[in-house]
Amino acid sequence: MSRINKNYIVRAKNLTKRFGDFTAVNQINFEVEPGEIFGFLGANGAGKTTAMRMLTGLLKATDGDAHVAGHSINGSPEKVKYSIGYMSQKFSLYDDLKVYENIRLYGGIYGLTGKQIRSKIEDILEELNMTALRNKLVRDLPLGWKQKLAFSVALVHDPAVVFLDEPTSGVDPITRRSFWELIYRAARRGVTVFVTTHYLDEAEYCDRVSIMVNGVIEALDTPQKLKEKYHARSMHEVFVHLARKEQ
Amino acid sequence: MQKTFVRIENLTKRYGEVEALRDISLDIKQGELFGIIGPDGAGKTTLMRILVTLILPDSGEAAINGREVVKDWKYLRKHIGYMPGTFSLYEDLTIEENLHFFATIFGTTKEENYDLIKEIYEHIEPFKDRKAGQLSGGMKQKLALSCALIHRPDFLVLDEPTTGIDAVSRVELWEMLGKLKDEGLTILVSTPYMDEAELCDRVAFLQDGVITEVNAPDTIKKEFDQPLYAMNSKDNYELLMGLRKMDMVRSAFLFGENIHVVTNHSYGEEELQKAVLEEAGIRANIRPIHAGIEDCFMSRMMD
Amino acid sequence: MKVLLSLIKKEFYHIIRDKRSLLILVGMPIVQVVLFGFAISNEIHEAPIAVVAPNKSQKVLRLLERIEVSSYFHIVRFLESGGQLDEVFKEGEIKLVLLIDKDFSRDLGQRKTAKLQVIADATDPNTATTLTGYIEAITNRFAREGFSPLPVGKQMPPLIDINVKMQYNPSLRSVFLFVPGIITVILLLISAMMISITLAREKEKGNMEILLVSPLNPVVIVLGKVLPYVILALVNGWSILLLGVWLFGVPIRGDLVLIFGEMLLFVLTALSLGLFISTKVQTQQAALMISLIGLMLPTIILSGFIFPIESMPLPLQFISHLIPAKWFLIILRAIMLKGATLHYVVKETIILGIICLVLLGLAVKNFKTRLE
Repeated sequence: MSRINKNYIVRAKNLTKRFGDFTAVNQINFEVEPGEIFGFLGANGAGKTTAMRMLTGLLKATDGDAHVAGHSINGSPEKVKYSIGYMSQKFSLYDDLKVYENIRLYGGIYGLTGKQIRSKIEDILEELNMTALRNKLVRDLPLGWKQKLAFSVALVHDPAVVFLDEPTSGVDPITRRSFWELIYRAARRGVTVFVTTHYLDEAEYCDRVSIMVNGVIEALDTPQKLKEKYHARSMHEVFVHLARKEQ
Repeated sequence: MQKTFVRIENLTKRYGEVEALRDISLDIKQGELFGIIGPDGAGKTTLMRILVTLILPDSGEAAINGREVVKDWKYLRKHIGYMPGTFSLYEDLTIEENLHFFATIFGTTKEENYDLIKEIYEHIEPFKDRKAGQLSGGMKQKLALSCALIHRPDFLVLDEPTTGIDAVSRVELWEMLGKLKDEGLTILVSTPYMDEAELCDRVAFLQDGVITEVNAPDTIKKEFDQPLYAMNSKDNYELLMGLRKMDMVRSAFLFGENIHVVTNHSYGEEELQKAVLEEAGIRANIRPIHAGIEDCFMSRMMD
Repeated sequence: MKVLLSLIKKEFYHIIRDKRSLLILVGMPIVQVVLFGFAISNEIHEAPIAVVAPNKSQKVLRLLERIEVSSYFHIVRFLESGGQLDEVFKEGEIKLVLLIDKDFSRDLGQRKTAKLQVIADATDPNTATTLTGYIEAITNRFAREGFSPLPVGKQMPPLIDINVKMQYNPSLRSVFLFVPGIITVILLLISAMMISITLAREKEKGNMEILLVSPLNPVVIVLGKVLPYVILALVNGWSILLLGVWLFGVPIRGDLVLIFGEMLLFVLTALSLGLFISTKVQTQQAALMISLIGLMLPTIILSGFIFPIESMPLPLQFISHLIPAKWFLIILRAIMLKGATLHYVVKETIILGIICLVLLGLAVKNFKTRLE
């Protein structure tokens, strides 16, 4: 397969981050294709949050570069920010705003017109079956609903890539799955999904998975190939095998 | 059967309009590793806080080893080890300072009960001069567990110790809990991870403040009486959407590399394969499977 | 006891390792004192003054000569009358005008009270106060000279009635009064604000959950929190006191032990207040807001630290009675500046004691042994 002609939406080249003597991310390289669901796994402290923060322009790279949606994270981090959506593990909506107010706010932040925002509000509420809840304060929603809403809000400006940092942490098993259905649906529309998780069954839902250990990408392939390579029955075994080896 | 260690009767707790716990009754046996499984907001933390005497129930009773949680709170606080859901040690103190501090306030020393925490503490001892705030999630949990055990409690209560922790640290933590159980401790642990339920002696499933099931994981799995199949195809999402439209399918959920499908009747594999091809237009691999704990809980949640 | 010590040790670790609280604790008193110190200790040298003297008698000329040679003042102008005052001050050069009554010499000679008015430009209040102080000192010494002391027991009438008027800033108080004021504010800040924030922090971070689940008696938890701040507050109070004495010669006329005792009482009151606040809030932010807005501002405004209470409208005067800082300020000023003994401040001490007990009672009653 010729990789050279491929169109990559995320491409990291020798991306490195050092904090003092400590190298949190050590020369990582990878590419992500448009519409791909890319699982970004790693133990606590392996460097995945740091890498993700560099890719989203929140943190400056010490060395190397990455292109996200065609923009260099070093050269034009502001342009990167406009082409991505981000949902952090800490819930990012405003608790004391109503559901539709949150959508309107983020629409406004990303420069949507009033008309676009109004139609977005309807689209999102309909997709999430939340039309009846539009005037509810976000803090009164169950966690699972909040997470789904946060995801939709991260997509309000139709970004090319969306970064999800442990989006399903603490969510019940059914809501967790309906969240993944939302991810699939977004990917079908061509959005690239970059996701971290501690639920390793969710790693199986990804098109490709990378596993970071001590600041480097130790493995990167489809879940199927990874399992074959490490003679494992599940991604859980693959992960424990790789992450434990290093400790 | 061992004797009852924790007895919970008709416990109810309200926060304003919200009923966090509704008439909960439960027995935990001595030396048991007991799990409370349930999503966020189900009432797990409220139940645990009542048991460790941190909040008062509105009605109902609970007793640990014969001591009432409301009346005998002073006694109980000396004999319970508790690890709250959020990391609650002092982040500006080092590992060692934290451990010494908690040993002192429980009127003991690190050395006195070192045998109990030795295996856990050894993992983090090389970093003992590092401040707790700079530790990774897994290391923080080991420190918190050491501190919760330092006074050799009879009853250990852990509120979601594995949330936000990577899979390796989770495995290690459960190994430690297994060893503590062997030491004779009665352990109550809550988790949102269904696979961890399998590691408990018995589990209670808590949802919206109500316990819907209490049993050993194996029993729960055996009780699952619906026909269950694992299916996969080249495109699982497509398959999922197709299955959802079929009348014979009661539920279909993503499950790792497969989709778990519950049907309204029992079907042969070929029969089912044909139906999926006809109605959804997808060629799927299908095999009947035994339910896992997560299948059971999900089916119960939908009732 | 061992438990208490370990709680206190832990608290000191927190303080030392948190740059922010360390800055408040150490930086604040120093900054405040130095700030005031600089403002006040500006050495006065050859300040230009003007004189209105309708009758330039010999006594008047001798007084003026005395003022001129003092090196503090330089008489640059003689004015015809007081009517020119405003004009002169507005030009900005003249800092002070001395108006000498036309009967000054006669009254002084007849041992009657001689009249002298001093008007200072108090747009710079500190300079103005210092200048009038010097003038007072010089004229008083001048008056006493040449007269034999009166028989013992008979009070000497003031021979020169100096009428000092602060132009543009009539309510100005002596700078010495500021040092007790700073001490009061700092003690309150450290005690009430720090204790409420540090307790709120334990709640916010979930540490309190563990402390409560432990067999610790709540009284011990509270003591472990409070004692370190009592020590810090006292150390700070005394450092300001010493800095005040050393930097700009604030007198301590009263008994040091008494000052220490009263300071301790006030610190306990402020700590009770902080404890009470902490029982009512869940987050550090809320604790900070309440301490700052609900405590610091009323204290600075209503305690008499800056604005004299006597000149406030009645409702505010009434509220000021409820402010512990007001009573402590009265006590501290009396002891430091007037050399008062306990006898003179017993009423204020009792009031402060009652406020302290009430607040402590409220705090203990509201301190929960459980969450919620």
